[in-house]
Amino acid sequence: MRASNVLGIIYASAYDEHISEMTSVRASGSIPFGGRYRLIDFPLSDMVDCGITAVGVSTKSNYRSLMDHLGSGKPWDLSRKNEGMTILPPFDLAGNGGANRTRLEALQGLMNYISHSKKEYILLADANVVANLNYEAIIDGHIKSGADITICYKHGVKPNLPNIMTFTLDGEKITKVLVNENDKAEKDYSLNILVLRKALLERLVNAATAAGATDFERDVIAANVDTLFLRGEKINDFACTIDSLKTYYEVSMKLVQGGYKELFKKDLPIYTKVRDNMPAIYGIGAKAANSLIADGCIIKGTVENSILFRGVYVAEGAVVRNSVVMQDSYISENSKLNCAVLDKNVVIKPNKKLSGADTCPLYIAKDSTV
Amino acid sequence: MKKTECLAMLLAGGQGSRLGILTKHIAKPAVPYGGKYRIIDFPLSNCINSGIDTVGVLTQYQPLELNDYIGNGEAWDLDRRDGGVHVLSPYQQIKGTDWYKGTANAIYQNINFIDRYNPEYVAVLSGDHIYKMDYAKMLAYHKEKDAACTIAMLEVPWEEASRFGLMFVNNDGSISEFEEKPKKPRSNKASMGVYIFTWKKLRQYLIDDENNPNSGNDFGHDVIPAMHAAGERLFAYQFDGYWKDVGTIDSLWEANLDLLNPRVDLDLSDSAWKIYSKSAVAPPHFISDKAAVENSMISEGCDISGTVDYSVLFSNVTVEEGATVRYSIVMPCTTVKAGAVVEYAIIAENTVIETGAHVGNSPEEMKDHLEDWGIAVVGENITIGKNAAVCAKQMVDTDVKGEA
Repeated sequence: MRASNVLGIIYASAYDEHISEMTSVRASGSIPFGGRYRLIDFPLSDMVDCGITAVGVSTKSNYRSLMDHLGSGKPWDLSRKNEGMTILPPFDLAGNGGANRTRLEALQGLMNYISHSKKEYILLADANVVANLNYEAIIDGHIKSGADITICYKHGVKPNLPNIMTFTLDGEKITKVLVNENDKAEKDYSLNILVLRKALLERLVNAATAAGATDFERDVIAANVDTLFLRGEKINDFACTIDSLKTYYEVSMKLVQGGYKELFKKDLPIYTKVRDNMPAIYGIGAKAANSLIADGCIIKGTVENSILFRGVYVAEGAVVRNSVVMQDSYISENSKLNCAVLDKNVVIKPNKKLSGADTCPLYIAKDSTV
Repeated sequence: MKKTECLAMLLAGGQGSRLGILTKHIAKPAVPYGGKYRIIDFPLSNCINSGIDTVGVLTQYQPLELNDYIGNGEAWDLDRRDGGVHVLSPYQQIKGTDWYKGTANAIYQNINFIDRYNPEYVAVLSGDHIYKMDYAKMLAYHKEKDAACTIAMLEVPWEEASRFGLMFVNNDGSISEFEEKPKKPRSNKASMGVYIFTWKKLRQYLIDDENNPNSGNDFGHDVIPAMHAAGERLFAYQFDGYWKDVGTIDSLWEANLDLLNPRVDLDLSDSAWKIYSKSAVAPPHFISDKAAVENSMISEGCDISGTVDYSVLFSNVTVEEGATVRYSIVMPCTTVKAGAVVEYAIIAENTVIETGAHVGNSPEEMKDHLEDWGIAVVGENITIGKNAAVCAKQMVDTDVKGEA
């Protein structure tokens, strides 16, 4: 079924405070990723690819760069007369003392928007999960199973974030939900992608509000494990939760080690804001290997095992290894980078040598000059 | 509604027959160029960058792809409530149906379109050329000279002058004489096919031209000479910069490789004069550890494991391990398989060059009979079979069988 009867909600500020280096200037949804994207492009494009025509983007703080990126939603074909994309700034109930501190508060703030929608189902997704999923199959599976709530999960080491749910399953039925389980072993952990009926979400959130609950995972999901049919949908595709600068770096390196083929699929294109750069130019003497390189780059030096975003300049004699270099950064003559994450517009002056470790990448903040 | 001072009419109906199979299904302005552009992106981007936001695009030959490409003009920021881009095709009228008989007739048939905006000036542009030009400066010159018509002019090398419409220019910039593609040129000041007219004047000359049964209804041949003969103020506006007519296979190939030549004055990375286009939806390109890429332009979505040297690759091109692409232009979604060689060639979209196939030859290889050398061209949606060969200068638009 094309998902025209589904309202998409993306939590664009998911875990902002945990990826603090990069989110000091932006919401987690607008963290640049994969050479030309922002994290939010992945769930947003997947929603569009499966036929969803109405998407609400929930924000918390620092969302100016996110708004700049999303604009009217045109690149995702979501600039519509009816429906389309709506940016939902925090909605602070009077006297509440701050908005959207938890997922439940965020949902409470969205209830107005959600109840106005005429869709039957809701798909919730977090912007800090890098995946390119066929939501159509997930929604179909949910409807066919008769489950009350479907939650996508992955098997592996749980991301180091608060309120991540881990599950015990009997077949596809979730029999036990733990929140903040303190165990480093591999688990079935939630990717925070949920499908449920709109009416059920409204009922659950209203009940939680009435009971003075504060926590979505504990008070809404875990508390209902015996009264509702909670269904787990196992995701075997590329799906990584970004929980820190370190995982951001690791997931980026995974891409150049072949992961790009799993993430970038012809039938599930990822859309993003167009920048009108010329194609990348390689100069005489340029050397590049095992790298993802976006339009607008000019490469005269050496690039290995790296991701270069749009408009990056690598001068003669410069060497970029095992690094992520964001938009419009400039690496001058004979400078060397290894295991570094350069945010946007960074200038590395000539003959500099910067190196992090593969377990602890060096991060250079936006607009800095080294 | 705000006043439209200058409106542009873009002539995009040409077939570009010398481009052979590359323009079998598309008009010349829609021919891909420079890794992600089409030729028409240049005049359209020049318009928006020059502050002209009302543009009529005159189409006639194979308009489908061009219409589709232009769409509502959004890619060039030309989707406007007032003005914007309009595709103007020939249409049926009460007295019958006329194709556009010539460049001047094409504008004549759209006088009602121009009158809707009632501009003071009309720029008539060709959709066939690669150049970056500020029409606003030319318009200022036109106003300063109080001209009826200003023609953009470029000094070309003397040995090439006989291919162009030439002008003789007085010290004050006024034009004293025209010469159309003379065998023995006496001037090297060539017309670039870029005109600015004072609309009131042009409107009358177009009507007179239409009423003249002996006219070929062409700007260069008929309308401008008529204006000249009537003593109108005609001025030449000198342009210094890169300008190329990509009318032939050789010039299309050259113009693409010009982008890789640091001595050529055509910088597409200049953020102050962006060339806009409809971008493909594709991830960044991937260069594997088996690849060797030098002196080339590579677009998004490409997957490169072979050798690429002095070439322009459009989006989603695959070059497999052990394959070589040099001195070539490869258009979107084409695959060059392992061990294949593509050199001195233009390969159109969605084509497959199978393992071990060889397309094109280098001029050095053929130095004993250089007259037979030329760029090899492979058309869209075809397959060059395993170990098959396509020779220099050959143009192929059907599958070439290879070894089983």
